[in-house]
Parts: sequence; structure tokens; C-alpha cells
Amino acid sequence: MSNSMDDIANFAEAFFIIGSNTTEQHPVFGTMIRRAVRKRGAKLIVADPRKIDITEIATLHLRHRPGTDIALLNGLMYIILEKGMEDKAFIEERTEGFEEFKQTVMQYPPEKAAEITNVPVEKLYETAEILASCKPTAVLWAMGITQHIVGVRNVMDLANLQMLLGNMGKPGGGVNPLRGQNNVQGACDMGGLPNVYPAYQPVTSEEARDKFAKAWGATTEAKVGLTVTEMMPGILEGKIKSLYILGEDPIMSDPDTKHIRHCLEELDFLVLQEIFPSETSVYADVLLPGVTFAEKTGTFTNTERRVQLVRQAIPTQGDAKPDWWITSEIAKRLMERISDRVRKEAPYAGWGYKNTSEIMAEINTVTTSYGGITHARLEAGERLQWPCPTFDHPGTPILHTKQFTRGKGKFMPIDHVPPAEKPDDDFPMIMSTGRVLYHWHGGQMTRRAKGIMQVYGEALVEVNPDDATTLGLNGKNVVRITSRRGSIEAQAWVTDRVPPGMVYANFHFPEASANELTHASLDPVSKIPEYKVTAVKVEPV
Amino acid sequence: MINLKINGKSIQAEPGKTILQVAKEHDVHVPTLCYHKDLSPTGNCRMCVVEVKGGRFLQAACVTPIWEGMEIETENEKVMKDRKLTLELMLANHPVDCMICDAAGKCELQDLAYEYQAQIPAWGTKGTRYPVNSDPNPFIRVDMNKCILCRRCVLACEEIQGRDVWGVAKRGFDEIIVAGAGVTMLEARCESCGQCVAFCPTGALSNKMNYGMARAHQVKKVATICSYCGVGCQFDLLVKNNKVIGVSSNPDAPVNGMALCVKGRYAYDYIHHPERLVKPRVRKYLLEGKRKSDIRDSIAEGRKPKVGLSNIESPWDWVEVEWDKALDIVAEKFAETRMKFGADSLGFLTSAKCLNEENYLMNKLARQVVGTNNIDHCARL
Ligand code: SF4
Ligand code: SF4
Ligand code: SF4
Ligand code: FES
Repeated sequence: MSNSMDDIANFAEAFFIIGSNTTEQHPVFGTMIRRAVRKRGAKLIVADPRKIDITEIATLHLRHRPGTDIALLNGLMYIILEKGMEDKAFIEERTEGFEEFKQTVMQYPPEKAAEITNVPVEKLYETAEILASCKPTAVLWAMGITQHIVGVRNVMDLANLQMLLGNMGKPGGGVNPLRGQNNVQGACDMGGLPNVYPAYQPVTSEEARDKFAKAWGATTEAKVGLTVTEMMPGILEGKIKSLYILGEDPIMSDPDTKHIRHCLEELDFLVLQEIFPSETSVYADVLLPGVTFAEKTGTFTNTERRVQLVRQAIPTQGDAKPDWWITSEIAKRLMERISDRVRKEAPYAGWGYKNTSEIMAEINTVTTSYGGITHARLEAGERLQWPCPTFDHPGTPILHTKQFTRGKGKFMPIDHVPPAEKPDDDFPMIMSTGRVLYHWHGGQMTRRAKGIMQVYGEALVEVNPDDATTLGLNGKNVVRITSRRGSIEAQAWVTDRVPPGMVYANFHFPEASANELTHASLDPVSKIPEYKVTAVKVEPV
Repeated sequence: MINLKINGKSIQAEPGKTILQVAKEHDVHVPTLCYHKDLSPTGNCRMCVVEVKGGRFLQAACVTPIWEGMEIETENEKVMKDRKLTLELMLANHPVDCMICDAAGKCELQDLAYEYQAQIPAWGTKGTRYPVNSDPNPFIRVDMNKCILCRRCVLACEEIQGRDVWGVAKRGFDEIIVAGAGVTMLEARCESCGQCVAFCPTGALSNKMNYGMARAHQVKKVATICSYCGVGCQFDLLVKNNKVIGVSSNPDAPVNGMALCVKGRYAYDYIHHPERLVKPRVRKYLLEGKRKSDIRDSIAEGRKPKVGLSNIESPWDWVEVEWDKALDIVAEKFAETRMKFGADSLGFLTSAKCLNEENYLMNKLARQVVGTNNIDHCARL
């Protein structure tokens, strides 16, 4: 997120939420938005095919067809330009590429946008009016924007919108992707990505490679590695032979489960480090017991780049060990066996960490944005959001206040592209997937929480009442949902949360996981699969 | 600035503040019950009364704004008597079971009764008027016999959660807090966030999952960060005998204040779940020096569900081993793979659930020790 949650909640005149079920997926932030709307009278525009909970308090709800975000945004920007409501000074001073971008947007008159998105023209005008008159407006999104084959282009188009309106670098404005997992921000920051070292230093940069070669005494070739969505098929191609998986459950969370099963079966060697024998453990050769957050000390980084201290509250259970200890032990033993690689004199060649605070000290030296973040400062109660490059730096709550990372903000001309999988006679409906308030991801934790299971104990698939009638469902009933890849059976929840022609399923329960049906069509840049649009057939059972 | 006197002492304060705010700023103790700094003041318990010179009645400090020349007494006899009477009126309708009440030790009513030495008056009802544990919500225990009608729950739900579950029904002696139009909490669209419990000053609303498990002074509180979503709420883990028995709001939490969601507050029992992995496991074939390719048939068999670790027969069965053994097997296999097929034949999936420090190490392991950029995590999924 470019801004902090509290500054958005306190200063946004309007919220534009697109592809985020905020009150269920980021519940406490969702309540902050509810507060801003109910108490402060901030405007709220929600663009989502589903009538999600937060639409209840929305000024406007745009129910666009799944996978038509770009047409929607371009249509809105067309109106803003048509009426001369853009922020001309901001565009002039802080951006480039405007003319080319404008030409593209001019291809999306409201009538055309309405036709593609199914949002009435008047609603587009009303929305544009609110966006132009409420300064600043904060744009918020989550996986509903990124889990498309055009995910990256969706994000760029949202940045276009915010530059056009001059909402960047201001309290209450900005571009704000809500990061899902507790520490997905930190995992990215720490180099848990195939193309970058910690702090997004490209693996292809000579300078970065040099830096890490010096610090660690060895590093990699200047070649981007494989993403998780490439590693899986890579197994079948014989490229990947061994996997070390830390606390993840691809059988539940990756697209097209049948395919993933097949991939994992073919692996030579799978090491899984977990707290529970997950669905993926069936395929593991070695299972290493890690610990929960209550059993270790270290840091998580939240969606607004805030680094916070996790404190050990109880002893590790049984023989389970903190994950950092396990990884270090593997590293030490592996280094003995690969003796010719690492230059032992390098300052950070070794793995003799006694605690995570020592690891953080190493991170300080190689990760500029975390340069000044120490456990001691956090323990003393300092509140730090990165970038925080030095030990006396106070952290950075808002990014891009004076300029963008790359100098001027660049407008990108973005065109609508339909989703990869289209409905046809055999698979006439569209399924979108996601999580629900009560559960978390593959459900390994929440399915083992008793009270949670009493409130939400089985997978429910949302089906529109019209479709329920056509399909011959009677109230709550079991449906079979079939895609080109697989089939699941689950309870139907007949509700107008979903529009006719669409169903919504989750992946919290192994016996009815939506990922049996999803497909691995990826965004070409981000390699994120298009979870939000799968063509399916629905039948009563 | 406004000039006023509290207990004879001259004080200057900004206009627009309440007596309570000014008193707090000057370390003058005024007891409160319905007031909470995160909620709008309602002034309905009258615990915070003070005497303002010239006024006919005592004033509720939490809702009375200051004015020029105001002279306030916070502890004279009249005030103290009135507060004690207020407490006695509340106690008159309150069951006498502090002994076994979950809130004892953190109950604000109990604390004030102690401070003012207030007892249940002889004419009090003492009885139980409402069903105990009256709501089926799996997380929240409702016992309206203990309710003092302070309305904090109503405000917490309305102002913090934005959900409007609780309301006040009936009048006078029969006044009662109800969910929706007298339905269950979940029917009234409760999201089980537990905000109302966190704000309830008494045992009227308490947590079911740890009901009766510990007195306040028996738990150790450890401030930490929620492990579910990216909002990054801070809370206290409640620990007794080395076990996590609950979660409570930490008022100093930077992102969320007192607020939490159902997962953060109530989905913690997985921590001590009996299915936790507590010892390293390896497949039997690895101990027998066999190769995976030799045992493909047994693997297909072994994928059928099998209970526990007993009857280790198939080469694909799990065997529990010591750490040294497991770690050596892992290192040996990784080194072998690397030697045979090159560094890029290994892949590393790090975890968005784990610590920054742990993610950094996974990145270092892949890039430094092994020499591959094949590292990713589930950010995409
Ligand atoms: S648990 Fe939350 S939603 Fe439910 S009544 Fe209490 S405050 Fe309201
Ligand atoms: S239930 Fe608790 S918070 Fe609500 S009115 Fe009664 S005592 Fe106050
Ligand atoms: S308490 Fe809820 S909103 Fe807060 S971090 Fe945890 S899951 Fe997210
Ligand atoms: S605290 Fe002031 S009236 Fe209740």
C-alpha cells in the first residue's frame, strides 16, 4: 500500500474498492472503512460482481461482469476526460505518457464500456462524478484485481486512474493493494521471489549480485528463477527434481488440484515444513515440524509496510522447532556437502544464528529499506513502516509524496482483454473463488478451530436464486460443480450475493475445494493464475 | 483557554473539553463505568458524578463540558455518597456470585464496589432474572443477569464494528440489552468479532472458549501480532501453564486499537490441537537406502488414507526420527540432486505465514548455499 490504513480511513473523501471483499478478508480495516462511511460520511464506491457485505453501505455498487475491470476503468476515465475533470496540474508536473494513454482511453466511450461490463451508462457517469469531486479518493483492491490473466494491466489501469485524478502521494489517497496473508508483504520484501533479492534488488542487476556475493560469499547467476506456478509444471518437464516447502499447502491453494497432485507425485524428493499434516503432506518424503506464531519471536510486515514484533508466548510444542532454526540447520549441513561454493571469509557466509534478532541485524546490512529496523527499536515501542534506512530514521507512512520511485509517474495505455476461459454450452456459468470471513486459505488452522467450525463447518457455494430455480434446487441443496478439469460437490447457498450466471466457491475444505476446478492460465508478467473466472456447469445432486 | 478550579486548585484547559478529560489530564481520579475513551460518551451510569458549584444537581463528568470560572469538587461527601448509592442500585439487581464469575479480578463493577465499599442492599433482588448463558454464539457467553445497562456493548458494536447487533429493550426495571429484535446474536448478524465482550465492564458478556479457565491475575499477557491476514492487528496472547488460553485486545495496538476480527480473537485453538506435528517424520524407504523410483507401487498404495504411525510396513509409511537424522537426509538428498541435475533443479517455496527473518533465510539458502533463484511463495495464490 502506498498509504497507511489509518490515514486512508481518516482522510479519504471517497473510497473506490474494486476486487476486495474488505470486511471479510481484511476485517478490521473493513470496519475502519465502515466507520468512515457511517460516521464521517465518506463516499464509497464498490465495484464487484458480488453483492459482498460492504456493498450494504456503499454509495454506489457497480456489478460489472467478472474480468471486465479494464473496460470499466477506461469507461470511467473517458468520462473524466470528456468532462475535463482530470487534475491537469498533477498530470503536467508529475507524470508522462499522457497523450498515448488518452488515445487508448478514448476507445472506451461509456456506451461501449457499459456493453462490455453490464454496468448502466448512468451509473458510470455517477461514479465518475464522485471520483472527480471527492479529493482525495483512495483506491483499494485485492485479489479480485490481480487474479486475472490481465492482473498486472488491471493494476496499471488503477494507477492511471489515480494519476488522472491527482490522488497520488496524499493522505487519504494513493494506490492500495491489500495484501492477503499476514506476512506476504514481508515474504516479498525478504526476497521470497524468483526475480529479486531482498528489497526488490533485481537478480539481473550486476550491482545487486555483487553486493550479495560480497556479503554471503556466493550468489546466483543473473537469471530469473521459476515462480510457484512455473515450478509445478516444471516438475513434469523434468526441470524441478526436489522441493523444499515451508508452511504452504499447494494441494489446497494452487490452481487445478488434479494437475498439482500429478506434479507432486512425480517429484524425486519433497521436504515439507508444517505445523499440521496438511493435504500436501501426503506427497512429502520428509515432514519437519515447525511452530506456530505463538512459539517464536521475530517480525511480520503488514499490508501498509509496518514491521511489527511477534513475541514467543509459549514453549515450542513437543520436538517442533522454530522454522528459522530448521532452515539454518539444513543450510549448515548442505554447505558442508557443497564445499566449493561459499567463500567462508565473507562477512555473512555463516549460518550460526542464535536468534532472529541476529538475522535481522544481517538483514539491516543488505536490505536498505529495512536498514534501520531492529528488534530493539520495536521492543522499545517504536512504530516503523519501511522504508526505514537508518537507525534514527522514523519510517515512512506514505510513499511517493514528492515523486514516484522512478521519477515521473508513467501513464500506460491499457486495453480490455477478455478472460482466458469462456463459458460455452457445456460449461455455461462463471465461477469465481475466494475466502470467507471465518476461514483462512487452505483451512489448516481454521478447520481446527472448534468455534469457527460451529459457525462455518462446511463449504458453501453461492448460487443466485434465479439459477437455483432454473437448476431445480430447492432451498439448501447439494450441487455438483464441474469444470473442464474436475468436479466437486458442496452445499448450495442460494443468495443474490452472486448475479445470475455466476457461482462463488472457496478453497477452505479439501472435500470440496474450488481449486479442483480452477485453471492455471497465468498473467504473463505476474504469473498469477486467473482464479476469478472459471467456466463451470452446475447441477443438483 | 478556560480558567477553572478542580478541588480548589486553579487549572487552565482548552475549551470544548469535558470535566472528565480535564480531570484526567491533571491526574484527578474520577471513577467511570459507562465511559470508555474509544466510544462516544453517553452519560448514563452516573458513576462519574462531581459537584459543580452553583449547580442544583451533581453533574456527570464524562458528558459535561467545562466553562469559564467553573468550580468542581470530585471527592466531597455528597459526591462519594451519590456514587456509592449508584453502585448499590446496580448491585441490587446483580447476582452475588463474584466467587465463580469469570470477570472477577477484571470486573470494573467489582473494583468500584470495593473502592466504595458498596454492598448489595438488603432489599436487593439477588436472584437470577434471565437465563444464564442464553445465546448459542460459540464464542460469546451472554449472562444478562450481570448487565449494568452501561450500553458499552451497544456502542462497541455500532461504532467500532459498524454492525448494530445490540440494542436496548423495555423500560425501567425490565430494561434489558437484546440482540436485534430479541433474536440470537448470529441471527442479528453478529460477526463474532468479540468487540462487545472486550468493552463489557462486567461478566455479562464473556468468552466461552476460556470460560472458567483462569483468573485475570493467573494469566501472563504476551503482546504479539495476529497470524491471519495482512492488516496486522496486535493483541495479547493469554498464557496459563504454558498454554495459550485466549486472546485479548491490547489498547495500545497501533493498527487496530481494541478491535479484532473473529479469526484473530477466537481462531487460536489450533495452536494446541492434537494433530500438531511434534516430531520429524521421514518415509521408511529413506531409512532403507532405497530410491523413490523403486517403490512407486507402494506409494500409490500409501496415498490411501492411513491412520497414525502404527504398523509401519510399506516403504512409503512414515517413521518418526530424531532431528539429526531427518536433517541429514534432507541435506544429503538436496546435495545429491544438485550434483546430478544442477542448482536449478531445486525449488524453494517460502511462506507468507512465516517471519521476515525466516523468509530471509529461505532466500539465502536458495541463493547462497544452493545457487538458484527458484524461490517463490503463495503471494500469487
Ligand atoms: S461480537 Fe461483534 S458483531 Fe457480534 S455483537 Fe459483539 S460487537 Fe457486534
Ligand atoms: S452487556 Fe455489558 S457492556 Fe452491555 S450494557 Fe450490559 S454491562 Fe454494559
Ligand atoms: S485480527 Fe482479523 S483483521 Fe486483524 S490481522 Fe487478524 S485476521 Fe486480520
Ligand atoms: S461514566 Fe460518566 S455517566 Fe457513566
